Amino acid sequence: MLLDDLHGIAKRERAEQARHEQHIVVCTGTACASARSAEVQAALEGGIKVRGLEKRCAVTPGGCRGLCAAGPLVTVQPQGTLYQGVHPEDAEAIIESLETGAVVERLHCHTDTPFFTRQQKVVLEQSGLLNPDRVEDYIAHGGYEALVHALTEMTPAQVLEEVVRSGLRGRGGGGYPTGLKWSTVAKAISDQKYVICNGDEGDPGAFMDRSVMESNPHRVLEGMLLAGYAVGASVGFIYVRAEYPLAVKRLEAAIKQAKKLGLLGANICNTPFSFEIEIRLGAGAFVCGEETALIASIEGERGQPRPRPPYPAESGLWGKPTLINNVETLANVPPILQRGGDWYARIGMDKSKGTKVFALTGRIVHTGLIEVPMGITLREIVYEIGGGIPDGKQFKAVQTGGPSGGCIPADQLDLPVTYESLASVGSIMGSGGMIVMDETSCMVDVAKYFMEFSMAESCGKCVPCRVGTAQMYQLLDRISKGEATLDDLALLEDLCDMVKHTSLCGLGQSAPNPVISTLKYFRDEYLAHIVERRCPAGVCKMSSPAHNGHVSELAHKEGVR
Amino acid sequence: MQPKKLTPPNDDKRWRLVGATMRKHGFLPSALIETLHTVQEAFGYLDDQSLRWVALNLRVPLSRVYGVATFYNYFTLKPQGEHTCVVCLGTACYIKGAPDILEAIQAQEDIKPGETSADKKVSLLIARCIGACGLAPAVVYDGEVVGKLGPEQALARINAWRANKAEEVAHAAG
Repeated sequence: MLLDDLHGIAKRERAEQARHEQHIVVCTGTACASARSAEVQAALEGGIKVRGLEKRCAVTPGGCRGLCAAGPLVTVQPQGTLYQGVHPEDAEAIIESLETGAVVERLHCHTDTPFFTRQQKVVLEQSGLLNPDRVEDYIAHGGYEALVHALTEMTPAQVLEEVVRSGLRGRGGGGYPTGLKWSTVAKAISDQKYVICNGDEGDPGAFMDRSVMESNPHRVLEGMLLAGYAVGASVGFIYVRAEYPLAVKRLEAAIKQAKKLGLLGANICNTPFSFEIEIRLGAGAFVCGEETALIASIEGERGQPRPRPPYPAESGLWGKPTLINNVETLANVPPILQRGGDWYARIGMDKSKGTKVFALTGRIVHTGLIEVPMGITLREIVYEIGGGIPDGKQFKAVQTGGPSGGCIPADQLDLPVTYESLASVGSIMGSGGMIVMDETSCMVDVAKYFMEFSMAESCGKCVPCRVGTAQMYQLLDRISKGEATLDDLALLEDLCDMVKHTSLCGLGQSAPNPVISTLKYFRDEYLAHIVERRCPAGVCKMSSPAHNGHVSELAHKEGVR
Repeated sequence: MQPKKLTPPNDDKRWRLVGATMRKHGFLPSALIETLHTVQEAFGYLDDQSLRWVALNLRVPLSRVYGVATFYNYFTLKPQGEHTCVVCLGTACYIKGAPDILEAIQAQEDIKPGETSADKKVSLLIARCIGACGLAPAVVYDGEVVGKLGPEQALARINAWRANKAEEVAHAAG
């Protein structure tokens, strides 16, 4: 496979697509599929056949367009008209509009709104436009060009150099500089090295990686291949959650297609570079997002982390140097190679370069997947892209980083989104879950929810996490029921500090974050539960007043403080 | 080492699928999780017999097989009911009312998460997050994600399973 062959495939595919004047692309992502997009596709195909328009118009499946709450989404190309909430009955109207050229107003989703115009897409640029089942379509959109170019024209060191220059940092949450990680693995001397793609997206309220794997599986493969070439690895593993069957299916198909074209396997592009990719299924353990736990899981063991160093870059899978990157990180690599590290570094601000994909969910008008340049403010995300809070309710907090992150209150909304600024307010960038909460959410309940999660997902290897999270959960439970005293609150704060600083891995070290951040910004809610035995949001159910003997004593103590 | 081929515990054809997975991975101990996935897909759950057979073939101590099978949430050691109903408790679903849905199902079926109703009809499970946050709150009925549910709508689906069964019985009797 040479660049010319690749261009040949792209040309044929474009010619094939040009045979039809119009394309109706039906989103087949998980959200739209749940809203019966397959039936919509069948209805559209049927309608086109009935009218004998097969020659003029083709119906194709596509990936996620982002506005998941308004599914099923249908796009008419080349006009780019987007329709939302399409039901099989609506197929007739859409087909009619193809002939008349008029837009079906009642289904029309305007793409000139901030939800679309304020986004900047790099990782998701092809998502929704190409057919995830066809490698040819990916190639027609410039896919695998970066790989072939890198293999035939660049040395591994040059590929590495571009990634370093781009300033790309890990998108799984930690934010470790990707170029630095790659060069550590590249420097390691070993007969065998591995690349692992971390697709074990465990944060509740996050589905970015799922969408990337489902909508553009070849982008992930190309990123892995480039990583493998740069660091000198020959085998790659994609660790995907078993809960994502569609992603697994699409990745499996993509691997087969890439192998057939000689873009994967032995002597890719007639160079000495060989690379194999295998899929490993996760089995539902949040801790496996931690890199050493993930490695244990691929080795067929329980997913328990081990102390670092040695870091996986030196001693990882089966003791060999291993590069572990998140799905989104790897999906950023092909465009960086195609357009240059300097181009990427111009997006974003400070030490956070490029774009970030967020799953914007919760109490927000436009629920869905968004990609924004780093440095955008939370206010822009919530009120412009997200369209604000529905039902005239008041914004209370936005939660980022899942069980490892924190709640950011309204007075911090003008904060720019960067790794450092989010950390400065007690949260983290995380993998990209962004859950908006309004006045109907109780912050004590939210903290309890995340602590229950961390407690249940603690692997049990180290004591601070195993015991500490359980103790913190019980304290939060008592607070939420109005059974706690102010001493309990002090104990909770002590425990937060202890678990944060003494746990073995990231799960335990970050488990107290939701409590710390809610205590910092919403302490009044904790006090309302303890002193007044009242949940201001009306979420928590207080236990019977029999437990209430301590109230006057409490009020006294609080007065003393 | 030549891969060993141990005779399956019985002549159930599904053992072949399990054997195929192990062979694909060269009967290496690292194939344990992949193999358990295949067993669960074929048999619906992991029983004593299958754990033993997998341990024997992959030359892994039974204690480790049991350890792995119980460590991961996805594996179940108990047979499931005829239908499964997975309530997502991800953050987005949680703040949009998933706890009410869970409570409604628990009350109606008188079961807790991880249990199966007395008539073996419905198994109730909870998920950490199924990644369908755009559809919150979401429930997975027999593998099909249904979103934007309220407690009544969530129960209606379960009741429909029962109603269909009643119809079939009536039909057979009639």
